[in-house]
Amino acid sequence: MTTEINALTIYATLTEILRDTFDNDELEATPELTAAHVEGWDSMGNVRLFLSIEQEFGVRFNASEISGIKNVGELVTLLQKKNT
Amino acid sequence: MKLKDLPWLPMPADDFRTRVRALRQDETVDEAEVRKLATLALKQPQLELLAKAVPKVKLAAGTNWLKLSVLSNATVDLMLPAIVATAPRHGIWIDAKGAPFNSFISEALNAESETHSRCNDVIVLALDYRAFDLSPCPGNAERSEELARTALQTVLQLVQAFQATNGAIVVVQTLAPPVHTLFGSLDAQLPGTQLWLVERFNTLLRSTQAPGMVLFDLAHLAASVGLDHWHDPVQWNIGKFQCSHEMLPLYADGLCRTIMAAKGKAKKCLVLDLDNTLWGGVIGDDGMTGIVLGQGDAVGEAYLAVQRTALALRERGIVLAVSSKNDEVVARQVFREHPEMLLREEHIAVFQANWKDKASNLRAIADTLNIDVSALVFLDDNPAERQQVRLALPEVGVPELPAAPEFYPAMLLAAGYFESVQFTAEDRLRAAQYQENAARTVALGAASDMGAYLESLNMVAHVSRFDEAGRARITQLINKTNQFNLTTHRYSEAEVAAFETNPAVLGLQVRLQDRFGDNGMISVVICKREHDSVFIDTWLMSCRVLNRRLEEQILNVLRVWAHAQGVRRLVGKYRTSPKNKMVKDHYRKLGFTLVNETEESSLWELNVADHETLAVPITLSAGPDLEDIVQEVTAARTKAIIDDVTRQVTALHVASHTVQPVIE
Repeated sequence: MTTEINALTIYATLTEILRDTFDNDELEATPELTAAHVEGWDSMGNVRLFLSIEQEFGVRFNASEISGIKNVGELVTLLQKKNT
Repeated sequence: MKLKDLPWLPMPADDFRTRVRALRQDETVDEAEVRKLATLALKQPQLELLAKAVPKVKLAAGTNWLKLSVLSNATVDLMLPAIVATAPRHGIWIDAKGAPFNSFISEALNAESETHSRCNDVIVLALDYRAFDLSPCPGNAERSEELARTALQTVLQLVQAFQATNGAIVVVQTLAPPVHTLFGSLDAQLPGTQLWLVERFNTLLRSTQAPGMVLFDLAHLAASVGLDHWHDPVQWNIGKFQCSHEMLPLYADGLCRTIMAAKGKAKKCLVLDLDNTLWGGVIGDDGMTGIVLGQGDAVGEAYLAVQRTALALRERGIVLAVSSKNDEVVARQVFREHPEMLLREEHIAVFQANWKDKASNLRAIADTLNIDVSALVFLDDNPAERQQVRLALPEVGVPELPAAPEFYPAMLLAAGYFESVQFTAEDRLRAAQYQENAARTVALGAASDMGAYLESLNMVAHVSRFDEAGRARITQLINKTNQFNLTTHRYSEAEVAAFETNPAVLGLQVRLQDRFGDNGMISVVICKREHDSVFIDTWLMSCRVLNRRLEEQILNVLRVWAHAQGVRRLVGKYRTSPKNKMVKDHYRKLGFTLVNETEESSLWELNVADHETLAVPITLSAGPDLEDIVQEVTAARTKAIIDDVTRQVTALHVASHTVQPVIE
């Protein structure tokens, strides 16, 4: 139960970050969302996204984590793991 | 309170994102609003957000966009928005562009490159140690030196390439040293280690000067936050980023303040609050014995450190002022009588102790000093006062202060308001001149009257005609003197040069020395011969030498010159400006007669032949071109003295003669 509420909060925060980073208010963080769906989510966009996430959640990612994530769902799982 | 978080700036409120987003909807964006937002402790994502609004700002007349290009051996995409959003904090507006990754050599050497054709105002060479061949060669002293020097030559070639084509300012940075060592402490001693190479390069770069080159001491900035925090191997591997993203706000602030200093926008005056800023407690309530200040008490020593910082800034030419909600007599008493005070009245250029709001006081201080409000920094422990000033005058530098006074000096200095790209002989002289003025004030107090004081100064005025050597300073005085300026006519350097060779014109430059030092060139007069009169077109003087009777001695010179020209009259004009009321009666005081007067101006004349040489306690010296004139003034003065003495002797003789019979 706590994990689920936690996940909801994370998705809400990620939605805000995605909208700011890619300058698009239509964006919604969903588990299936990937870079291919979002205009501007290229390699530099990815760096800026992770930078915002790191600062917002107070976590650090290493290179293999950043390159290993396939979609937003996996990102949320990783954030939950880092926050516990 | 970590440096990387810019703790001298207030934290953004929760509505920061909403405010920036609202701005971005607008057609044009208000300059002051962006400046306020930029003057918050923003992190990189917030800087990126704000950077999108900055280009929409409509700048007021007189302010220009600076075109800036960043060249680097690393990725600069994150650096650019950080620079753009940070610049307004320092009163500059930047249009930034990054050159392609690792293209700095070709961009510099190819005259048709994108960077060259952009006609930049500023070039930033954001190069780190990986940009050069600084491959370690431990123990090989000769090769180590060669590597460091070759790297320096590369930088200088880049600077020259950009400087030569469009005269841009080229910002170069020292290299952040590596965190880890190969040998340990020996790395610092052994030529050829990575640390040795980087430090050798930094030493060479720091001691090199080149036209247009401005140094950004990144190595020190990185050291101040800690090299371990500065470097981030993950970020280098992921995207070739030079430093940790967390450091970008600080990097951009350091870079922008260097640029603002190079552009002459640095602050000039520090305005100090008193209660709980220079001492602990409230003087009006606690009294002289109740306030906390001085050695032997942890808090008292912290306040001493604040005063010491202010004094150190003053030593390098920063003007100090006071703005305090206090009774003036009570406040001044602390400066005069408190034994532990380091700051004294003579250190304070403007002393405002009253009950008005601080923003009004700051405006008054700027007016008195004849500088722009944007040149002020305001140090006050009270958050409400700081807020009031920030809202009313966003261009004033107002550092956040934590509750503990121990951190006041750090916050004041960390903000970099007084950043300077050079410290010239002139700056050193300026600091000395403040000192000399202070000494003169003391001397005035010691002398029993004004006449004795002026005599005691042993003043020597050196007058000469306009010449090439004085041209730049003459032009500067003509264009910046506002108060003691009879007509406020402004002339360009070319016009000043033309006066040098015009036989109908006397351009006079005057320097004044006294026993406390050389005041430098402090007065300029331009006279034109017209028919039977000499017209004084320009007469100005620096307020530093006010009340020295120098103007009377100058009149002596003008009168003798006019006489030599064979004219009858010397004609002077006063033209009203918003700032020159102090010389409204200048010609009346010198014995001229009013010819006519309107709202805007008045015309005065003096009969050259009738007027006597004025007795002034200033020795005249002259350049070869004015020797005759000066000799004549001195001779006239000597004659007057002899006449005077003769008169006195005669009077004495008569008196003794009258008295004698009575004694007999």
